Amino acid sequence: MKHSFLDQYSEGNSLIHRLDPRTKLITTLFFILVVVLTPVSQWQAFALYFVLVATLIIISRVPVLYVLKRSLVIIPFVVMIAIFIPFFKEGEVAGSYNIWLWQLTVTHSGIQVLLNILAKAWLSILSLILLTATTRFSQLLRGMEQLRLPRVMVMIMSFMYRYIFVLVDEVMRMKQARDSRNLGGGRLRQIRTVGNMVGTLFIRSYERGERVYAAMMARGFDGQTRTLGNPVFGQRDFFFAMTLGLILVLAIVLNLWYL
Amino acid sequence: MAEIISVDNLSFGYPDGQPALSGVSLAVHRGETVALIGPNGAGKSTLLLHFNGILHSDGAVRVLGKAINDKNLKWVRGRVGLVFQNPDDQLFSPTVFDDIAFGPLNMGYDEAQVREVVARALEWVGMGGYEKRSPHHLSLGEKKRIAIATVLAMNPEVLVIDEPTSNLDPGSKWSLIELLKGLEITKVIASHDLELVEALCPRAIILDGGKVVADGNTRHLLADERLLAAHGLARRKPAG
Repeated sequence: MKHSFLDQYSEGNSLIHRLDPRTKLITTLFFILVVVLTPVSQWQAFALYFVLVATLIIISRVPVLYVLKRSLVIIPFVVMIAIFIPFFKEGEVAGSYNIWLWQLTVTHSGIQVLLNILAKAWLSILSLILLTATTRFSQLLRGMEQLRLPRVMVMIMSFMYRYIFVLVDEVMRMKQARDSRNLGGGRLRQIRTVGNMVGTLFIRSYERGERVYAAMMARGFDGQTRTLGNPVFGQRDFFFAMTLGLILVLAIVLNLWYL
Repeated sequence: MAEIISVDNLSFGYPDGQPALSGVSLAVHRGETVALIGPNGAGKSTLLLHFNGILHSDGAVRVLGKAINDKNLKWVRGRVGLVFQNPDDQLFSPTVFDDIAFGPLNMGYDEAQVREVVARALEWVGMGGYEKRSPHHLSLGEKKRIAIATVLAMNPEVLVIDEPTSNLDPGSKWSLIELLKGLEITKVIASHDLELVEALCPRAIILDGGKVVADGNTRHLLADERLLAAHGLARRKPAG
């Protein structure tokens, strides 16, 4: 099976693609930090952030539709967490409803906060999609390593990336095997089957882990990870980081100014 | 001839009490290509895991004359290159380059050496230029070749391969056999693919129920229908 859903467009050759992964990691994190810390009332700032990220996406030549589609994934999660805010936030009442025993009131400021959280989450995910879509995953891992992220974390992510496809294949084969023998049966029975499949998958993954470890030991692994030399932080990276950093700092200053 | 691996009366039971090997003795000499054949569950893979000390043997296994112990494990693993059956277990890095470089880096090679051996190992298995590919984008035949390259890059004295041709289509299988034939290195190949054994290995060891039941010239062993049938290796349906 072919999979490439994570870094599908990472083989492009735009300015963004050619940047050092470290530059991209740091600027992305900085961007997210600034977006998250911007106060609710500063809607102009959010427009600026959007223009910024949109410009970068266009420069990167990653298909816009692809980015939009992937960015929608985050919405349900955010809504699930933030949906109650309009009901609890105090302030000017926008609407009041009586449902059976409860009285629900929705406030303007509550709605504003909800929309704001949505906007922040969406902007952050856009920048993350841009990062992962323009950087090969192996490069990203190398970047994290160079930024002194704990080795164990980097290794876990590396294994995750390597084996997620193997596991997806395994799940698919199990599903096919189940469907070819599935002759109806009650809902309860089907749920039980799914439970068994999850258990089996866990045991198989655990055993695979042991085999992978044996294969690592067979090649002299002794608990230390060693890696090779590093790409250099170029002039291009410097300018990119500076420009983006300046724009964001400017945004922060303007925010404080108008607060 | 120098003995590269020698096993003297090795017994092993799994933690759940199931015996896997009992009283196995054999020797592999420099330059040989030895087949280790036997039915499913005969203990082939277990035996291979003893060759480089992944399973402990209390001195029953010697590599280049030295008994394997906790102190020389790293040295042993540099001498005995073990290729696992499932390349998805063997190849765990995000790129082919990282995977092949893993062994040499653990051996303490410097950067220039690592780059050189990676390129050379890829050439040996006919996969030059695959450095940047991800293992999960390769076909099974390609993965098997890369798995062999990961071990060749450590420049071992002996290549130990578990079921190199399992699940391969005939085309990939024969090209892999040709590849193995071209590698000038001592080889131990565990398999029940008798075509492979005939084509590659002048000597064969039959393992069944954790015991060595035959050791000798491959052609003689494979001509002995009764022996093969007794150990689940018969190629034809039994008469009657």
